[in-house]
Amino acid sequence: MPRVLLIEDDRAVREGVQLALRRQGHDVAAAGTGEDGLEQLRSFRPDVVVLDLMLPGMSGLDVCRRIRGADDQVPIIMATARGDDMDIVVGLEAGADDYVVKPVQARVLEARIRAVLRRVGGTPADGTTPKTETHGELTIDRAALTVTHQGAPVALAPSELRLLLTLSASPGQVFSRQQLLEAVWEHSYHGDSRLVDACVKRLRTKMGEPPGQPRYIQTVRGFGYQFRSR
Amino acid sequence: MKAPPPLRGLRGRLLMAFLLVAGVATLTTGALTFREARTGVLQQSQDGVIGQFRDHVDDLAADLDFPPDQDQLNLFAEQLARSEPSKNWRVLAAYGGLSATSSPQDPFEQLTPDLRKAVASGGNTVFQRVTRHGSPALVVGLPVTFGTAERPTSDPSGLAVFLTVPQTTEQAYVQALVPAVERATVPALVLAVLLALLAARGVLRPVRELRRATRSIAEGHLDTRLAVNGSDELADLSHTFNETAAALEKSVAELRRMEARARRFAADVSHELRTPLAAMSAVTDILDEDAAQLDPDTATAVRLISEETVKLARLVEDLMEMSRFDAGAASLHLDEIDLADSIRRTLASRAWLETVEARLPPPGTLRGSLDPRRLDVIVANLVGNALRHGGRPVRLHLFEREHPDDGRRAVIEVLDSGPGIPESVLPHVFDRFYKSDTARTRTEGSGLGLAITAENVHLHGGTIQAANGAHGGAVFTVELPLRQDEPPPVPAEPAEGSHP
Repeated sequence: MPRVLLIEDDRAVREGVQLALRRQGHDVAAAGTGEDGLEQLRSFRPDVVVLDLMLPGMSGLDVCRRIRGADDQVPIIMATARGDDMDIVVGLEAGADDYVVKPVQARVLEARIRAVLRRVGGTPADGTTPKTETHGELTIDRAALTVTHQGAPVALAPSELRLLLTLSASPGQVFSRQQLLEAVWEHSYHGDSRLVDACVKRLRTKMGEPPGQPRYIQTVRGFGYQFRSR
Repeated sequence: MKAPPPLRGLRGRLLMAFLLVAGVATLTTGALTFREARTGVLQQSQDGVIGQFRDHVDDLAADLDFPPDQDQLNLFAEQLARSEPSKNWRVLAAYGGLSATSSPQDPFEQLTPDLRKAVASGGNTVFQRVTRHGSPALVVGLPVTFGTAERPTSDPSGLAVFLTVPQTTEQAYVQALVPAVERATVPALVLAVLLALLAARGVLRPVRELRRATRSIAEGHLDTRLAVNGSDELADLSHTFNETAAALEKSVAELRRMEARARRFAADVSHELRTPLAAMSAVTDILDEDAAQLDPDTATAVRLISEETVKLARLVEDLMEMSRFDAGAASLHLDEIDLADSIRRTLASRAWLETVEARLPPPGTLRGSLDPRRLDVIVANLVGNALRHGGRPVRLHLFEREHPDDGRRAVIEVLDSGPGIPESVLPHVFDRFYKSDTARTRTEGSGLGLAITAENVHLHGGTIQAANGAHGGAVFTVELPLRQDEPPPVPAEPAEGSHP
């Protein structure tokens, strides 16, 4: 049973979402403040965090940064008001894996949770023997789902890992943002391409790419992204 | 506004006026001066000549015997001519039928018969200025009378003396005045031109300032003000302009404040509605699932609440979207996409591929920098609207058109086979909450769908039009500039994620 931690300040929303997610078969813990949420994160050990960005006291963005700062790669789904565009961008850069727009129907949130959890799971069984690949100073273990750079392990959030696996599976192939949204986030074709851009940016930072001169993930102007093996 | 042709403008007219005044003034002054000087010079010389002539005649005539004979007359004329030191006198003396000249065979052609008659009839000195062969001369006629200095009488003696003096020197004096006047005219005219230009500048500078300020106001810079210099009519005009601009700025600011307040209110209301709606939306699925197990009345009520909650959520979402457009907070997230692919996916995700006849260009042929999510909204709203209000079949055409202003444009046409849109409704189809039929029951849409569509098109810098097709049915035409030559802002390497 997937364990979901819901951090939401409004009591009615919290109860409603909790109720709906429980009905979908999740084990749900709920917190009304960011501080309480961080506390429960340690005790409850959730598989996924649903985080409202508008929280009294410690903001959702701060909670997100704290979680990632503690090197915790638990998937985070932000709940935000559409139009709070800056919040979405900042939230994604702070390390959120996905976001939903409030008011959200339970089945939409449920679908996002499932998608994010699938990202954590192993590679889709393709029958081929899992292998370890080396691209320059980057080593990707597709079986153990670990990435090392210059011999040091790189801690990647599920979206980042899935994005890297998708891109590096076909070095040289150009993926459009829409393709990546479908492949990694399981969003519709018309999803928010900023998810891809923010995730690529986080990936590059974690892999120690020099700013402006990425070695592995290249931007193909006007088309999308491409992994270059070297 | 364009500059007037060179001589029709204020500068040209001032220049002409100043030149005219200066020209007339100098010429009139010159002419009057010339006339007075000429008269003065000639008068003086002729008075002198006549006085001398009379004195000499008085002296010599006293010694003359009466009646004189030809020889005496000759001598008299000769002596008379010689009595003048300058030696340019020519004298003719006439007595009865006799006449003698100072130099022999002098035809004395300057002497006119009128003068001769005037001397014969009256007892006065007569003179006349005569110009012959280009050289002016003064002709004086003097009748000699008897009498003494103590008792002058006017008894004519019958002797008449005529004198011709050339006046070339006087003429030269007078002639010298003409170039002097001419020389004075040129600086006067130059001065007039300078003054005209100076005056024109004085007038034109404020006028030009005024024009610039007016244009600036027209461009929307309502805080434009003029510097008021001096206290003439133009300064007064500048002052009035400033007052008008200030009043305009104040009213516009007030209007903007009111409008902003109204928009803010709409945005706030939508925002406040969202939190309770978020709680309600979260549980609609539970209501739907469990409705079947409830008693029929409760089940109907529960389904009603669930359905209307979904509609309310969509309405609030649309209102929020509209508020963002109003507040200018809507932003484009451009991405280079294949339009045919994008539209096909929009239709597919709503299961419209079967119901809509889509004529799309082959994949890869029509690419452009657009916001994929907004394109999805545009196409979904137009097709959804056609399916709801128009008649089937609904057709969608996508093609490319060269636009004279911004180059390549993608054209999306959505045509339905319904009765079309009444002419009176056409101008309002993109209005918010506009219902063509007031009695019409609420439909699926929020009433904002086409308004949001139009805003999305405008955000792309495109155009949208509603019309009726030649064979009936409504036709919505969207044109979107493709801007392929501009680099899409999203993949900018260092600034990634920093777009608004």
